[in-house]
Amino acid sequence: MYSTDLRTDAEKRRAQKADAKRSVEDAAFLDAFQARIDAGDIIEAKDIMPEGYRKTLVRQISQHAHSEIVGMLPEGNWVTRAPTLRRKLILLAKIQDEAGHGLYLYSAAETLGRSRDDMVADLLSGKAKYSTIFTYPTPTWADMGTIGWLVDGAAITNQIPLCRCSFGPYARAMVRVCKEESFHQRQGYEIVTTLAQGTPEQKQMAQESLDRIWWPSLMMFGPPDGASAHSSQNMKWKIKRHSNDELRQRFIDTTVPQAEFLGLKIPDPDLKWNEERGRYDFGDIDWSEMWAVIKGGGICGKARIRARKAAHKEGEWVRAAAAAYAQKRNSEKAA
Amino acid sequence: MNSSPNFIGAMIPAKPETNFVLRCADNAMILGQRLSEMCGHAPELELDLALTNISLDLIGQAGLLYDHVQTLEKLAPNADVLALTRDQNAYLNCLLVAQPNVDFAHIVLRQYLFSTFQKRQYEALLSSSDETLAAIAEKSLKEIAYHIRFAKDWVLRLGDGTEDSHERMADALDCLWRYSGELFEKDSVLAAAIDAGLLTDFTDKYEAWQIEVVALLAEATLTPPDDTHMLKGGYQGHQEDHLGHILTDMQYMQLKYPSLQW
Repeated sequence: MYSTDLRTDAEKRRAQKADAKRSVEDAAFLDAFQARIDAGDIIEAKDIMPEGYRKTLVRQISQHAHSEIVGMLPEGNWVTRAPTLRRKLILLAKIQDEAGHGLYLYSAAETLGRSRDDMVADLLSGKAKYSTIFTYPTPTWADMGTIGWLVDGAAITNQIPLCRCSFGPYARAMVRVCKEESFHQRQGYEIVTTLAQGTPEQKQMAQESLDRIWWPSLMMFGPPDGASAHSSQNMKWKIKRHSNDELRQRFIDTTVPQAEFLGLKIPDPDLKWNEERGRYDFGDIDWSEMWAVIKGGGICGKARIRARKAAHKEGEWVRAAAAAYAQKRNSEKAA
Repeated sequence: MNSSPNFIGAMIPAKPETNFVLRCADNAMILGQRLSEMCGHAPELELDLALTNISLDLIGQAGLLYDHVQTLEKLAPNADVLALTRDQNAYLNCLLVAQPNVDFAHIVLRQYLFSTFQKRQYEALLSSSDETLAAIAEKSLKEIAYHIRFAKDWVLRLGDGTEDSHERMADALDCLWRYSGELFEKDSVLAAAIDAGLLTDFTDKYEAWQIEVVALLAEATLTPPDDTHMLKGGYQGHQEDHLGHILTDMQYMQLKYPSLQW
Protein backbone atom coordinates (compact mmCIF):
# COMPACT_ATOMS: atom_id res chain seq x y z
CA MET A 1 0.00 0.00 0.00
CA TYR A 2 1.03 3.61 -0.25
CA SER A 3 1.94 3.48 3.41
CA THR A 4 2.97 -0.19 3.78
CA ASP A 5 6.38 -0.79 5.30
CA LEU A 6 8.52 -1.54 2.25
CA ARG A 7 11.87 -1.65 4.01
CA THR A 8 14.00 -4.75 3.54
CA ASP A 9 14.82 -6.87 6.60
CA ALA A 10 18.33 -5.41 6.70
CA GLU A 11 16.96 -1.84 6.71
CA LYS A 12 14.56 -2.67 9.54
CA ARG A 13 17.31 -4.26 11.63
CA ARG A 14 19.54 -1.21 11.19
CA ALA A 15 16.72 1.10 12.25
CA GLN A 16 15.93 -1.03 15.32
CA LYS A 17 19.55 -1.01 16.44
CA ALA A 18 19.74 2.77 16.10
CA ASP A 19 16.52 3.15 18.07
CA ALA A 20 17.74 0.90 20.85
CA LYS A 21 20.93 2.96 21.26
CA ARG A 22 19.06 6.24 21.43
CA SER A 23 16.19 5.11 23.59
CA VAL A 24 15.87 6.85 26.92
CA GLU A 25 12.19 6.11 27.25
CA ASP A 26 11.45 4.12 30.36
CA ALA A 27 8.76 1.51 30.70
CA ALA A 28 6.48 3.80 32.70
CA PHE A 29 6.47 6.39 29.91
CA LEU A 30 5.76 3.77 27.24
CA ASP A 31 3.03 2.20 29.37
CA ALA A 32 1.37 5.56 29.95
CA PHE A 33 1.38 6.27 26.22
CA GLN A 34 -0.01 2.82 25.48
CA ALA A 35 -2.76 3.44 28.03
CA ARG A 36 -3.80 6.56 26.12
CA ILE A 37 -3.90 4.58 22.88
CA ASP A 38 -5.86 1.77 24.55
CA ALA A 39 -8.34 4.29 25.91
CA GLY A 40 -8.97 5.46 22.35
CA ASP A 41 -7.27 8.85 22.73
CA ILE A 42 -6.32 10.69 19.56
CA ILE A 43 -2.65 11.70 19.61
CA GLU A 44 -1.98 15.22 18.36
CA ALA A 45 1.25 16.61 16.92
CA LYS A 46 2.29 18.47 20.09
CA ASP A 47 1.59 15.56 22.44
CA ILE A 48 4.46 13.68 24.00
CA MET A 49 4.96 10.41 22.13
CA PRO A 50 7.56 7.64 21.93
CA GLU A 51 10.26 8.27 19.37
CA GLY A 52 9.41 4.99 17.65
CA TYR A 53 5.80 6.11 17.21
CA ARG A 54 6.93 9.43 15.74
CA LYS A 55 9.44 7.82 13.39
CA THR A 56 7.03 5.19 12.19
CA LEU A 57 4.48 7.87 11.38
CA VAL A 58 6.96 10.13 9.60
CA ARG A 59 8.11 7.20 7.48
CA GLN A 60 4.59 6.00 6.79
CA ILE A 61 3.01 9.39 6.07
CA SER A 62 5.90 10.67 3.95
CA GLN A 63 5.96 7.42 1.98
CA HIS A 64 2.23 7.86 1.46
CA ALA A 65 2.83 11.44 0.24
CA HIS A 66 5.61 10.31 -2.11
CA SER A 67 3.30 7.63 -3.51
CA GLU A 68 0.64 10.21 -4.28
CA ILE A 69 3.16 12.42 -6.08
CA VAL A 70 4.90 9.68 -8.05
CA GLY A 71 1.45 8.20 -8.69
CA MET A 72 0.61 11.27 -10.76
CA LEU A 73 3.06 10.15 -13.44
CA PRO A 74 1.60 6.90 -14.79
CA GLU A 75 -1.77 8.63 -15.22
CA GLY A 76 -0.20 11.82 -16.49
CA ASN A 77 1.02 9.60 -19.31
CA TRP A 78 -2.52 9.70 -20.77
CA VAL A 79 -3.70 13.24 -20.03
CA THR A 80 -2.71 14.63 -23.41
CA ARG A 81 -4.13 11.56 -25.20
CA ALA A 82 -7.42 11.08 -23.34
CA PRO A 83 -10.08 10.03 -25.85
CA THR A 84 -12.77 12.63 -25.07
CA LEU A 85 -12.96 16.02 -23.39
CA ARG A 86 -14.96 14.57 -20.50
CA ARG A 87 -12.36 11.87 -19.87
CA LYS A 88 -9.57 14.42 -20.11
CA LEU A 89 -11.24 16.66 -17.52
CA ILE A 90 -11.89 13.78 -15.14
CA LEU A 91 -8.34 12.46 -15.47
CA LEU A 92 -6.84 15.90 -14.89
CA ALA A 93 -9.06 16.44 -11.86
CA LYS A 94 -8.08 13.03 -10.47
CA ILE A 95 -4.37 13.68 -10.86
CA GLN A 96 -4.84 17.09 -9.31
CA ASP A 97 -6.52 15.43 -6.31
CA GLU A 98 -3.43 13.28 -5.93
CA ALA A 99 -1.19 16.35 -5.88
CA GLY A 100 -3.50 17.73 -3.19
CA HIS A 101 -3.27 14.50 -1.18
CA GLY A 102 0.50 14.71 -1.43
CA LEU A 103 0.45 18.27 -0.14
CA TYR A 104 -1.61 17.65 2.94
CA LEU A 105 0.16 14.40 3.74
CA TYR A 106 3.49 16.25 3.64
CA SER A 107 1.89 18.81 5.95
CA ALA A 108 0.66 16.08 8.31
CA ALA A 109 4.19 14.62 8.39
CA GLU A 110 5.70 18.07 8.96
CA THR A 111 3.69 18.37 12.19
CA LEU A 112 5.98 15.60 13.47
CA GLY A 113 9.08 17.69 12.93
CA ARG A 114 10.43 16.67 9.53
CA SER A 115 10.47 19.33 6.79
CA ARG A 116 8.91 18.77 3.38
CA ASP A 117 12.23 19.67 1.76
CA ASP A 118 13.98 16.88 3.66
CA MET A 119 11.28 14.37 2.81
CA VAL A 120 11.40 15.28 -0.88
CA ALA A 121 15.21 15.05 -0.82
CA ASP A 122 14.86 11.50 0.51
CA LEU A 123 12.52 10.59 -2.33
CA LEU A 124 14.86 12.00 -4.97
CA SER A 125 17.95 10.35 -3.49
CA GLY A 126 16.21 6.98 -3.45
CA LYS A 127 16.36 6.78 0.36
CA ALA A 128 12.60 7.00 0.76
CA LYS A 129 10.28 4.52 -0.86
CA TYR A 130 6.94 4.83 -2.60
CA SER A 131 4.29 2.32 -3.57
CA THR A 132 5.57 -0.35 -5.96
CA ILE A 133 2.43 -0.06 -8.09
CA PHE A 134 3.57 3.22 -9.63
CA THR A 135 6.66 1.67 -11.18
CA TYR A 136 4.46 -0.18 -13.67
CA PRO A 137 3.88 1.26 -17.16
CA THR A 138 0.51 2.37 -18.55
CA PRO A 139 0.67 1.33 -22.22
CA THR A 140 -3.04 1.71 -23.07
CA TRP A 141 -5.99 3.94 -22.23
CA ALA A 142 -7.58 0.96 -20.45
CA ASP A 143 -4.92 1.32 -17.77
CA MET A 144 -6.53 4.62 -16.74
CA GLY A 145 -9.66 2.64 -15.96
CA THR A 146 -7.92 -0.27 -14.29
CA ILE A 147 -5.76 1.97 -12.12
CA GLY A 148 -8.82 3.82 -10.84
CA TRP A 149 -10.73 0.59 -10.28
CA LEU A 150 -7.99 -1.55 -8.71
CA VAL A 151 -5.29 0.80 -7.45
CA ASP A 152 -7.62 3.39 -5.98
CA GLY A 153 -9.87 0.54 -4.86
CA ALA A 154 -6.96 -1.04 -3.00
CA ALA A 155 -6.02 2.35 -1.57
CA ILE A 156 -9.53 2.80 -0.18
CA THR A 157 -9.47 -0.67 1.38
CA ASN A 158 -6.31 0.29 3.20
CA GLN A 159 -7.16 3.88 4.02
CA ILE A 160 -10.67 3.60 5.42
CA PRO A 161 -9.27 1.96 8.58
CA LEU A 162 -6.60 4.71 8.66
CA CYS A 163 -9.38 7.27 9.20
CA ARG A 164 -9.45 5.80 12.73
CA CYS A 165 -5.67 5.80 13.11
CA SER A 166 -4.46 7.01 16.52
CA PHE A 167 -2.57 10.02 15.09
CA GLY A 168 -5.07 12.85 14.58
CA PRO A 169 -3.54 14.78 11.66
CA TYR A 170 -3.10 11.57 9.61
CA ALA A 171 -6.56 10.26 10.46
CA ARG A 172 -8.19 13.56 9.48
CA ALA A 173 -6.24 13.75 6.22
CA MET A 174 -7.44 10.23 5.42
CA VAL A 175 -11.10 11.20 5.80
CA ARG A 176 -10.83 13.67 2.94
CA VAL A 177 -8.49 11.48 0.90
CA CYS A 178 -10.94 8.57 1.10
CA LYS A 179 -13.82 10.69 -0.20
CA GLU A 180 -11.77 11.63 -3.24
CA GLU A 181 -10.38 8.11 -3.73
CA SER A 182 -13.94 6.86 -3.81
CA PHE A 183 -14.64 9.16 -6.78
CA HIS A 184 -11.43 7.93 -8.41
CA GLN A 185 -12.39 4.31 -7.95
CA ARG A 186 -15.83 4.88 -9.47
CA GLN A 187 -14.54 6.81 -12.48
CA GLY A 188 -12.02 4.01 -13.10
CA TYR A 189 -14.68 1.34 -12.92
CA GLU A 190 -16.82 3.42 -15.27
CA ILE A 191 -14.01 3.53 -17.84
CA VAL A 192 -13.52 -0.25 -17.59
CA THR A 193 -17.30 -0.77 -17.83
CA THR A 194 -17.44 1.29 -21.02
CA LEU A 195 -14.62 -0.77 -22.51
CA ALA A 196 -16.04 -4.11 -21.36
CA GLN A 197 -19.36 -3.23 -22.97
CA GLY A 198 -17.72 -1.84 -26.10
CA THR A 199 -16.27 -3.51 -29.17
CA PRO A 200 -14.29 -6.78 -28.93
CA GLU A 201 -11.15 -4.70 -29.36
CA GLN A 202 -12.07 -2.48 -26.41
CA LYS A 203 -12.97 -5.46 -24.25
CA GLN A 204 -9.62 -7.04 -25.05
CA MET A 205 -7.91 -3.81 -24.09
CA ALA A 206 -9.67 -3.93 -20.71
CA GLN A 207 -8.82 -7.63 -20.17
CA GLU A 208 -5.13 -7.12 -21.01
CA SER A 209 -4.96 -4.21 -18.63
CA LEU A 210 -6.53 -6.30 -15.85
CA ASP A 211 -4.02 -9.07 -16.61
CA ARG A 212 -1.17 -6.59 -16.20
CA ILE A 213 -2.35 -4.79 -13.08
CA TRP A 214 -4.11 -7.50 -11.02
CA TRP A 215 -1.08 -9.07 -9.33
CA PRO A 216 0.79 -5.79 -8.76
CA SER A 217 -2.36 -4.39 -7.14
CA LEU A 218 -2.43 -7.32 -4.68
CA MET A 219 1.22 -6.61 -3.85
CA MET A 220 0.20 -3.08 -2.83
CA PHE A 221 -0.97 -4.49 0.53
CA GLY A 222 2.61 -5.43 1.34
CA PRO A 223 4.33 -8.67 2.31
CA PRO A 224 2.33 -11.52 3.85
CA ASP A 225 1.73 -11.17 7.60
CA GLY A 226 4.39 -13.68 8.60
CA ALA A 227 7.05 -11.55 6.91
CA SER A 228 5.98 -8.18 8.27
CA ALA A 229 7.83 -7.78 11.56
CA HIS A 230 6.55 -4.31 12.43
CA SER A 231 2.87 -4.97 12.01
CA SER A 232 2.24 -6.02 15.60
CA GLN A 233 3.78 -2.90 17.17
CA ASN A 234 1.89 -0.69 14.69
CA MET A 235 -1.32 -2.52 15.52
CA LYS A 236 -0.70 -1.96 19.25
CA TRP A 237 -0.24 1.73 18.59
CA LYS A 238 -3.35 1.70 16.38
CA ILE A 239 -1.38 3.12 13.48
CA LYS A 240 -2.44 0.01 11.65
CA ARG A 241 -5.80 -1.59 12.30
CA HIS A 242 -5.78 -4.70 10.14
CA SER A 243 -3.07 -7.01 8.84
CA ASN A 244 -1.80 -6.91 5.27
CA ASP A 245 -3.34 -10.28 4.51
CA GLU A 246 -6.71 -9.33 5.95
CA LEU A 247 -6.87 -6.16 3.84
CA ARG A 248 -5.73 -8.05 0.73
CA GLN A 249 -8.46 -10.64 1.28
CA ARG A 250 -11.10 -7.91 1.71
CA PHE A 251 -9.98 -6.29 -1.53
CA ILE A 252 -10.15 -9.57 -3.44
CA ASP A 253 -13.57 -10.39 -2.02
CA THR A 254 -14.91 -7.01 -3.12
CA THR A 255 -13.24 -6.90 -6.51
CA VAL A 256 -13.85 -10.38 -7.95
CA PRO A 257 -17.65 -9.91 -8.29
CA GLN A 258 -17.01 -6.53 -9.94
CA ALA A 259 -14.85 -8.23 -12.59
CA GLU A 260 -17.43 -10.99 -13.05
CA PHE A 261 -20.16 -8.40 -13.57
CA LEU A 262 -18.14 -6.97 -16.46
CA GLY A 263 -17.38 -10.37 -17.95
CA LEU A 264 -13.65 -9.92 -17.33
CA LYS A 265 -11.48 -12.76 -16.11
CA ILE A 266 -9.19 -12.37 -13.08
CA PRO A 267 -5.82 -13.80 -14.23
CA ASP A 268 -5.56 -16.35 -11.42
CA PRO A 269 -6.35 -20.01 -12.22
CA ASP A 270 -6.49 -20.81 -8.50
CA LEU A 271 -9.10 -18.21 -7.69
CA LYS A 272 -12.28 -19.82 -6.38
CA TRP A 273 -15.02 -19.15 -3.87
CA ASN A 274 -14.54 -21.00 -0.60
CA GLU A 275 -17.99 -21.71 0.76
CA GLU A 276 -16.73 -22.66 4.18
CA ARG A 277 -14.68 -19.48 4.70
CA GLY A 278 -17.18 -17.33 2.88
CA ARG A 279 -14.23 -15.77 1.05
CA TYR A 280 -12.22 -16.29 -2.09
CA ASP A 281 -9.16 -18.53 -2.17
CA PHE A 282 -6.48 -17.26 -4.47
CA GLY A 283 -3.17 -18.29 -5.97
CA ASP A 284 0.33 -17.61 -4.67
CA ILE A 285 1.67 -14.14 -5.13
CA ASP A 286 5.14 -13.89 -6.64
CA TRP A 287 6.82 -11.96 -3.83
CA SER A 288 10.17 -12.11 -5.60
CA GLU A 289 8.67 -9.66 -8.11
CA MET A 290 7.68 -7.22 -5.38
CA TRP A 291 11.11 -7.30 -3.74
CA ALA A 292 12.77 -6.93 -7.13
CA VAL A 293 10.68 -3.81 -7.74
CA ILE A 294 11.48 -2.40 -4.30
CA LYS A 295 15.21 -3.01 -4.74
CA GLY A 296 15.61 -2.27 -8.43
CA GLY A 297 12.82 0.18 -9.21
CA GLY A 298 10.85 -2.04 -11.56
CA ILE A 299 10.13 -1.15 -15.17
CA CYS A 300 9.55 2.60 -14.74
CA GLY A 301 11.11 3.34 -11.36
CA LYS A 302 14.15 5.08 -12.80
CA ALA A 303 12.02 7.14 -15.19
CA ARG A 304 9.65 8.13 -12.36
CA ILE A 305 12.44 9.46 -10.16
CA ARG A 306 14.11 11.12 -13.14
CA ALA A 307 10.83 12.96 -13.87
CA ARG A 308 10.52 14.08 -10.24
CA LYS A 309 14.16 15.22 -10.20
CA ALA A 310 13.66 17.17 -13.44
CA ALA A 311 10.61 18.95 -12.02
CA HIS A 312 12.47 19.69 -8.79
CA LYS A 313 15.49 21.03 -10.66
CA GLU A 314 13.29 23.24 -12.85
CA GLY A 315 11.85 24.53 -9.59
CA GLU A 316 15.22 25.73 -8.30
CA TRP A 317 15.39 28.94 -10.31
CA VAL A 318 11.67 29.57 -9.79
CA ARG A 319 12.01 29.27 -6.00
CA ALA A 320 15.12 31.45 -6.05
CA ALA A 321 13.27 34.11 -8.04
CA ALA A 322 10.27 34.05 -5.70
CA ALA A 323 12.55 34.35 -2.67
CA ALA A 324 14.55 37.21 -4.23
CA TYR A 325 11.37 39.05 -5.19
CA ALA A 326 9.91 38.67 -1.69
CA GLN A 327 13.14 39.90 -0.14
CA LYS A 328 13.15 42.99 -2.35
CA ARG A 329 9.57 43.82 -1.38
CA ASN A 330 10.36 43.30 2.32
CA SER A 331 13.37 45.60 2.11
CA GLU A 332 11.22 48.25 0.45
CA LYS A 333 8.69 48.00 3.26
CA ALA A 334 11.43 48.25 5.86
CA ALA A 335 12.98 51.29 4.18
CA MET B 1 -6.99 9.50 -45.18
CA ASN B 2 -9.69 8.36 -42.82
CA SER B 3 -13.07 8.27 -44.58
CA SER B 4 -15.17 7.66 -41.48
CA PRO B 5 -18.11 10.04 -40.92
CA ASN B 6 -16.55 10.54 -37.50
CA PHE B 7 -13.67 12.41 -38.98
CA ILE B 8 -14.11 16.04 -39.88
CA GLY B 9 -10.87 16.70 -41.69
CA ALA B 10 -10.63 20.07 -43.36
CA MET B 11 -14.22 21.24 -42.77
CA ILE B 12 -14.61 24.77 -41.41
CA PRO B 13 -17.81 26.60 -40.51
CA ALA B 14 -19.79 28.41 -43.20
CA LYS B 15 -21.16 31.18 -40.94
CA PRO B 16 -18.84 33.82 -39.47
CA GLU B 17 -20.64 33.56 -36.10
CA THR B 18 -19.86 29.86 -35.90
CA ASN B 19 -16.33 30.49 -37.07
CA PHE B 20 -15.83 33.03 -34.29
CA VAL B 21 -17.17 30.69 -31.58
CA LEU B 22 -14.94 27.93 -32.92
CA ARG B 23 -11.94 30.26 -32.60
CA CYS B 24 -12.81 30.87 -28.97
CA ALA B 25 -13.25 27.13 -28.40
CA ASP B 26 -9.95 26.26 -30.08
CA ASN B 27 -8.09 28.96 -28.15
CA ALA B 28 -9.30 27.49 -24.87
CA MET B 29 -8.76 23.89 -25.98
CA ILE B 30 -5.24 24.25 -27.29
CA LEU B 31 -4.01 26.29 -24.33
CA GLY B 32 -5.73 23.87 -21.95
CA GLN B 33 -4.02 21.00 -23.73
CA ARG B 34 -0.64 22.75 -23.55
CA LEU B 35 -1.03 23.34 -19.83
CA SER B 36 -2.11 19.74 -19.27
CA GLU B 37 1.32 18.65 -20.52
CA MET B 38 2.68 20.07 -17.27
CA CYS B 39 0.47 17.87 -15.09
CA GLY B 40 2.84 16.01 -12.77
CA HIS B 41 5.86 17.93 -14.07
CA ALA B 42 5.42 21.52 -12.81
CA PRO B 43 8.38 23.05 -10.97
CA GLU B 44 6.59 22.93 -7.62
CA LEU B 45 3.65 20.98 -6.24
CA GLU B 46 1.57 24.12 -5.63
CA LEU B 47 2.24 25.22 -9.22
CA ASP B 48 1.19 21.81 -10.50
CA LEU B 49 -2.16 22.34 -8.78
CA ALA B 50 -2.49 25.87 -10.16
CA LEU B 51 -1.58 25.03 -13.76
CA THR B 52 -3.93 22.04 -13.70
CA ASN B 53 -6.68 24.31 -12.39
CA ILE B 54 -6.21 26.67 -15.31
CA SER B 55 -6.07 23.75 -17.73
CA LEU B 56 -9.31 22.35 -16.29
CA ASP B 57 -11.01 25.75 -16.59
CA LEU B 58 -9.93 26.19 -20.20
CA ILE B 59 -10.85 22.70 -21.36
CA GLY B 60 -14.17 23.13 -19.55
CA GLN B 61 -14.76 26.39 -21.44
CA ALA B 62 -13.78 24.68 -24.68
CA GLY B 63 -16.31 21.92 -24.06
CA LEU B 64 -19.14 24.40 -23.58
CA LEU B 65 -18.10 26.33 -26.68
CA TYR B 66 -17.79 23.21 -28.87
CA ASP B 67 -21.26 22.14 -27.73
CA HIS B 68 -22.50 25.58 -28.69
CA VAL B 69 -20.82 25.47 -32.09
CA GLN B 70 -22.77 22.28 -32.72
CA THR B 71 -26.06 24.10 -32.10
CA LEU B 72 -25.10 26.89 -34.50
CA GLU B 73 -23.86 24.60 -37.26
CA LYS B 74 -23.79 20.85 -36.87
CA LEU B 75 -20.28 20.20 -38.08
CA ALA B 76 -19.78 16.81 -36.45
CA PRO B 77 -21.74 13.95 -34.87
CA ASN B 78 -20.68 15.21 -31.44
CA ALA B 79 -18.46 17.78 -29.77
CA ASP B 80 -15.57 15.34 -29.22
CA VAL B 81 -15.35 14.59 -32.91
CA LEU B 82 -15.44 18.32 -33.57
CA ALA B 83 -12.73 19.02 -31.00
CA LEU B 84 -10.47 16.10 -31.79
CA THR B 85 -10.52 15.12 -35.46
CA ARG B 86 -9.96 18.17 -37.61
CA ASP B 87 -7.01 18.69 -39.90
CA GLN B 88 -4.37 21.02 -38.55
CA ASN B 89 -5.42 23.89 -40.82
CA ALA B 90 -9.05 23.58 -39.70
CA TYR B 91 -8.07 24.57 -36.14
CA LEU B 92 -8.78 28.25 -35.73
CA ASN B 93 -6.83 29.13 -32.59
CA CYS B 94 -4.47 32.07 -32.41
CA LEU B 95 -0.79 31.16 -32.70
CA LEU B 96 0.02 32.22 -29.13
CA VAL B 97 -1.84 29.37 -27.42
CA ALA B 98 0.14 26.65 -29.20
CA GLN B 99 3.54 28.03 -28.15
CA PRO B 100 5.56 25.42 -26.28
CA ASN B 101 6.17 25.11 -22.52
CA VAL B 102 9.81 26.13 -22.89
CA ASP B 103 10.10 26.88 -19.18
CA PHE B 104 7.96 28.34 -16.41
CA ALA B 105 8.72 31.87 -17.62
CA HIS B 106 7.23 31.13 -21.04
CA ILE B 107 4.24 29.44 -19.40
CA VAL B 108 3.31 32.36 -17.15
CA LEU B 109 3.94 35.05 -19.76
CA ARG B 110 1.88 33.17 -22.37
CA GLN B 111 -0.89 32.91 -19.76
CA TYR B 112 -0.69 36.58 -18.84
CA LEU B 113 -0.86 37.78 -22.44
CA PHE B 114 -3.67 35.38 -23.29
CA SER B 115 -5.82 35.82 -20.20
CA THR B 116 -5.71 39.63 -20.24
CA PHE B 117 -6.78 39.48 -23.92
CA GLN B 118 -9.41 36.81 -23.25
CA LYS B 119 -10.89 38.97 -20.49
CA ARG B 120 -11.53 41.79 -22.97
CA GLN B 121 -12.82 39.43 -25.62
CA TYR B 122 -15.25 37.73 -23.23
CA GLU B 123 -16.41 41.04 -21.75
CA ALA B 124 -17.43 41.94 -25.30
CA LEU B 125 -19.64 38.82 -25.31
CA LEU B 126 -21.61 39.72 -22.19
CA SER B 127 -24.19 41.70 -24.18
CA SER B 128 -24.21 39.19 -27.04
CA SER B 129 -27.36 38.60 -29.08
CA ASP B 130 -26.57 34.95 -28.40
CA GLU B 131 -27.66 34.36 -24.80
CA THR B 132 -25.86 31.04 -24.41
CA LEU B 133 -22.61 32.61 -25.51
CA ALA B 134 -23.11 35.50 -23.08
CA ALA B 135 -23.71 33.00 -20.26
CA ILE B 136 -20.56 31.03 -21.13
CA ALA B 137 -18.58 34.29 -21.16
CA GLU B 138 -19.99 35.35 -17.80
CA LYS B 139 -19.06 32.04 -16.20
CA SER B 140 -15.61 32.02 -17.81
CA LEU B 141 -14.77 35.57 -16.74
CA LYS B 142 -14.79 34.46 -13.10
CA GLU B 143 -12.18 31.85 -13.97
CA ILE B 144 -10.17 34.26 -16.11
CA ALA B 145 -9.88 36.68 -13.18
CA TYR B 146 -7.99 33.96 -11.29
CA HIS B 147 -5.81 33.10 -14.32
CA ILE B 148 -4.78 36.74 -14.60
CA ARG B 149 -4.00 37.04 -10.91
CA PHE B 150 -1.85 33.90 -10.97
CA ALA B 151 0.02 34.85 -14.13
CA LYS B 152 0.51 38.49 -13.14
CA ASP B 153 2.02 37.59 -9.76
CA TRP B 154 4.51 35.26 -11.42
CA VAL B 155 5.42 37.70 -14.21
CA LEU B 156 6.39 40.14 -11.44
CA ARG B 157 8.26 37.57 -9.35
CA LEU B 158 10.23 36.17 -12.27
CA GLY B 159 10.84 39.47 -14.04
CA ASP B 160 12.04 41.20 -10.89
CA GLY B 161 13.45 38.10 -9.17
CA THR B 162 17.00 36.95 -9.87
CA GLU B 163 19.23 37.72 -12.83
CA ASP B 164 18.54 34.25 -14.19
CA SER B 165 14.76 34.53 -13.88
CA HIS B 166 14.87 37.99 -15.45
CA GLU B 167 16.80 36.66 -18.44
CA ARG B 168 14.32 33.84 -18.87
CA MET B 169 11.42 36.29 -18.79
CA ALA B 170 13.17 38.55 -21.29
CA ASP B 171 13.60 35.54 -23.59
CA ALA B 172 9.93 34.60 -23.17
CA LEU B 173 8.88 38.15 -23.96
CA ASP B 174 11.11 38.24 -27.02
CA CYS B 175 9.49 35.01 -28.28
CA LEU B 176 5.86 35.62 -27.30
CA TRP B 177 5.31 39.34 -27.86
CA ARG B 178 5.28 38.68 -31.61
CA TYR B 179 2.01 36.78 -31.20
CA SER B 180 0.15 39.51 -29.31
CA GLY B 181 -0.88 41.48 -32.41
CA GLU B 182 -3.05 38.66 -33.71
CA LEU B 183 -5.14 38.68 -30.55
CA PHE B 184 -6.76 42.00 -31.42
CA GLU B 185 -6.79 41.72 -35.19
CA LYS B 186 -10.15 42.43 -36.82
CA ASP B 187 -10.43 40.28 -39.94
CA SER B 188 -13.58 39.81 -42.02
CA VAL B 189 -14.88 36.96 -39.83
CA LEU B 190 -14.60 38.98 -36.64
CA ALA B 191 -16.07 42.05 -38.33
CA ALA B 192 -19.08 40.03 -39.53
CA ALA B 193 -19.59 38.51 -36.07
CA ILE B 194 -19.53 42.01 -34.56
CA ASP B 195 -21.99 43.26 -37.20
CA ALA B 196 -24.29 40.35 -36.41
CA GLY B 197 -24.39 41.47 -32.75
CA LEU B 198 -22.54 38.42 -31.48
CA LEU B 199 -20.14 40.67 -29.59
CA THR B 200 -19.12 44.28 -29.27
CA ASP B 201 -15.92 45.41 -30.93
CA PHE B 202 -13.16 44.58 -28.45
CA THR B 203 -10.38 45.32 -30.94
CA ASP B 204 -10.59 48.99 -30.02
CA LYS B 205 -9.31 47.94 -26.59
CA TYR B 206 -5.94 46.98 -28.11
CA GLU B 207 -4.23 50.21 -27.10
CA ALA B 208 -5.61 50.11 -23.57
CA TRP B 209 -4.51 46.47 -23.31
CA GLN B 210 -1.01 47.39 -24.47
CA ILE B 211 -0.76 50.20 -21.94
CA GLU B 212 -1.81 47.91 -19.11
CA VAL B 213 0.51 45.08 -20.16
CA VAL B 214 3.51 47.31 -20.80
CA ALA B 215 3.01 48.92 -17.38
CA LEU B 216 2.98 45.53 -15.65
CA LEU B 217 6.03 44.45 -17.62
CA ALA B 218 7.79 47.66 -16.59
CA GLU B 219 7.00 46.89 -12.97
CA ALA B 220 8.59 43.50 -13.61
CA THR B 221 11.64 45.36 -15.06
CA LEU B 222 10.86 44.08 -18.56
CA THR B 223 10.45 45.89 -21.87
CA PRO B 224 8.77 44.44 -24.95
CA PRO B 225 10.93 44.39 -28.08
CA ASP B 226 10.69 47.45 -30.38
CA ASP B 227 9.19 47.39 -33.88
CA THR B 228 8.05 43.81 -33.59
CA HIS B 229 6.80 42.19 -36.75
CA MET B 230 3.61 40.57 -35.52
CA LEU B 231 3.03 36.95 -36.54
CA LYS B 232 -0.54 36.12 -37.52
CA GLY B 233 -2.58 33.55 -39.37
CA GLY B 234 -3.77 31.11 -36.72
CA TYR B 235 -7.35 32.39 -36.83
CA GLN B 236 -7.36 31.68 -40.55
CA GLY B 237 -5.95 28.17 -40.03
CA HIS B 238 -2.37 28.94 -41.02
CA GLN B 239 -0.81 27.16 -38.08
CA GLU B 240 2.85 26.83 -37.13
CA ASP B 241 4.63 23.51 -36.63
CA HIS B 242 3.76 23.35 -32.93
CA LEU B 243 0.10 22.57 -33.43
CA GLY B 244 0.78 19.43 -35.46
CA HIS B 245 2.65 17.91 -32.53
CA ILE B 246 -0.07 18.90 -30.08
CA LEU B 247 -2.66 17.22 -32.33
CA THR B 248 -0.61 14.03 -32.64
CA ASP B 249 -1.29 13.42 -28.96
CA MET B 250 -4.67 15.10 -28.67
CA GLN B 251 -6.26 13.26 -31.61
CA TYR B 252 -4.55 9.90 -31.09
CA MET B 253 -7.49 7.94 -29.71
CA GLN B 254 -10.21 9.49 -31.88
CA LEU B 255 -8.27 8.88 -35.07
CA LYS B 256 -7.00 5.43 -34.14
CA TYR B 257 -10.42 4.20 -33.03
CA PRO B 258 -13.01 6.21 -34.97
CA SER B 259 -16.66 6.00 -33.90
CA LEU B 260 -16.03 4.25 -30.58
CA GLN B 261 -17.48 5.28 -27.23
CA TRP B 262 -15.04 5.89 -24.39
